[in-house]
Amino acid sequence: MTAVLRLNEISVVFPSLVGGGNLTALDRVSLDFGPEEFVVALGASGCGKSTLLNVMAGFIKPTSGDITLHDEPVTGPGKDRGVVFQRHALLPWLNVIDNVAFGLKLQGVGESERRAVAQENLELVGLSEFHAHPVYQLSGGMQQRVGLARALTSNPEILLMDEPLGALDAFTRENMQELILDVWRRTRKIVFFITHSVEEALFMATKLIVMSPRPGRIAREYDLEFSARYSELGNARAIKSDHEFIAVREEVLSLIHGEQAGGTEATDP
Amino acid sequence: MNLLARFRKREEAVDPYGTPGTGRSTLISVTTIAAILAAWWLVTQLELIRPLFLPSPELVIAKFLKISCFDHYWQSGAAALGLVDEVVAECEGFSENALHQHVLWSLYRVFSAFLLAVVTAVPIGITMGMNRYARGVFDPPIEFYRPIPPLAYLPLTIIWFGIGDFGKIFLIYLACFAPLAISARSGVRSCSIEQIHAAYSMGATQGQIVRQVVMKAALPEILTGMRISIAFGWTTLVAAEMVAAKAGIGVMVLNAARFLATDIVFLGIVVIGLIAFFFDSLMRWVERSLVPWKGKM
Ligand SMILES: Nc1ncnc2c1ncn2[C@@H]1O[C@H](COP(=O)(O)OP(=O)(O)OP(=O)(O)O)[C@@H](O)[C@H]1O
Ligand SMILES: [Mg+2]
Repeated sequence: MTAVLRLNEISVVFPSLVGGGNLTALDRVSLDFGPEEFVVALGASGCGKSTLLNVMAGFIKPTSGDITLHDEPVTGPGKDRGVVFQRHALLPWLNVIDNVAFGLKLQGVGESERRAVAQENLELVGLSEFHAHPVYQLSGGMQQRVGLARALTSNPEILLMDEPLGALDAFTRENMQELILDVWRRTRKIVFFITHSVEEALFMATKLIVMSPRPGRIAREYDLEFSARYSELGNARAIKSDHEFIAVREEVLSLIHGEQAGGTEATDP
Repeated sequence: MNLLARFRKREEAVDPYGTPGTGRSTLISVTTIAAILAAWWLVTQLELIRPLFLPSPELVIAKFLKISCFDHYWQSGAAALGLVDEVVAECEGFSENALHQHVLWSLYRVFSAFLLAVVTAVPIGITMGMNRYARGVFDPPIEFYRPIPPLAYLPLTIIWFGIGDFGKIFLIYLACFAPLAISARSGVRSCSIEQIHAAYSMGATQGQIVRQVVMKAALPEILTGMRISIAFGWTTLVAAEMVAAKAGIGVMVLNAARFLATDIVFLGIVVIGLIAFFFDSLMRWVERSLVPWKGKM
């Protein structure tokens, strides 16, 4: 299986604001995305997950290392890589449906056509009756779902999601996990998904990367098949209470806790 | 249709607990104005201050009726309808012009300067915010002339452009330009980096980013800049009309001051204040209709 998106020895060094020195947000991270892969990144706050996503999206040029998409070097953002942001990314001057349709508008798709596509995706995330609302009157979780519908509407080859479900209640969150898995299974997109929830990570990933902070590295990779099993069985609760699932969950948890106790040095010299 | 919908009355939003300065203040403002007017009336009625220093409201109103040629136009109107046979009242005006002529001349000067400023300062300000070369070129001259009082460079505009109307409009234009350019420039910074990134990863071109994200996000600040800018225009009006203007509220006030006609000075001040206030209210209404999201995200 050939990799579609390939990160080779990516390092990102930020100049540290306090006390001079530099902050190595990513330290020689290598990662390959094959077709149809669902990669989930897990790790303590500040370990470089968003930085990694920004490199893939083309927003940050790595300090060293290279990144290729279909063997072409990635030099900037593009509509082949859709992004769902942690926050602040909706356009308040557009209502919900026009936010969702914005990508198609940029592409010059006609109004009625793009609204039809947008409406479909709004229905997917359960917000169809809010299509005419101003986005600033939505709750945080609803805004995140609008962000997700917007990314789906542009129909990118790769979906990059930075904690897209962080602001959702447990029930909606599980529904959205299943929704994203359904979309992924139907569209066969490559997904990179950041989360702080170990259970969510295990449930959704075909590949799980656990990152460690300062310098940001991939501490461990797991190949998982709980999401494939969900696609077959369609019973999320059963999978999440499966003893195998619980065993991996405990292992990953202790790995993360170990990392947090161990990683102490803050900056490079 | 869609456009009209924007101008509908804003739904009353519920302010979150602790939002600074919530609640309506209209009634309080009306009370304050009434109190000031009452104090003015009382002080002059009791003759505590001589009319030379503070003319009574009645005097100012009488002057208003006289200068605006109220009787003359009233009778002309009646004559046109055939209610009276002849117009008896003369139109005296002041400085050879009736009040509305002064007002129209000043409106013409201030608003042509303001419109010129809007069509030039907004694009320049946005370009300054978007492009370092533009910023490098325009920043020094703007920052240099901005704090200089218009009276100081009034002689220059006269030497350069003569005593015609263009020099006057140019002076007001300069006063309007700087605040508008500066707010357009800083407005460019109003959108979040996530909004720009999101647009780029939906395939936006640089031009689309500018037109569909940056300029939209800058709109609230540009509108605020327009309000500040027109206020600067009004403050410069009297200076602009100091030299060789035949009509204008500034001319009226300056000539009245020469004859110690305090009531006309008062009248001129009130007229300028009222016009500026009504335009500002209009702008605030436009703001509410056009950018209801202001400060919400
Ligand atoms: N623009 C920047 N300038 C300087 N340092 C930065 C910048 N962006 C991120 N960093 C640093 O890089 C490190 C990784 O940040 P990053 O945002 O990738 O963390 P994260 O894993 O996404 O954390 P979280 O889970 O809290 O979102 C942090 O220590 C942060 O301080
Ligand atoms: Mg992050």
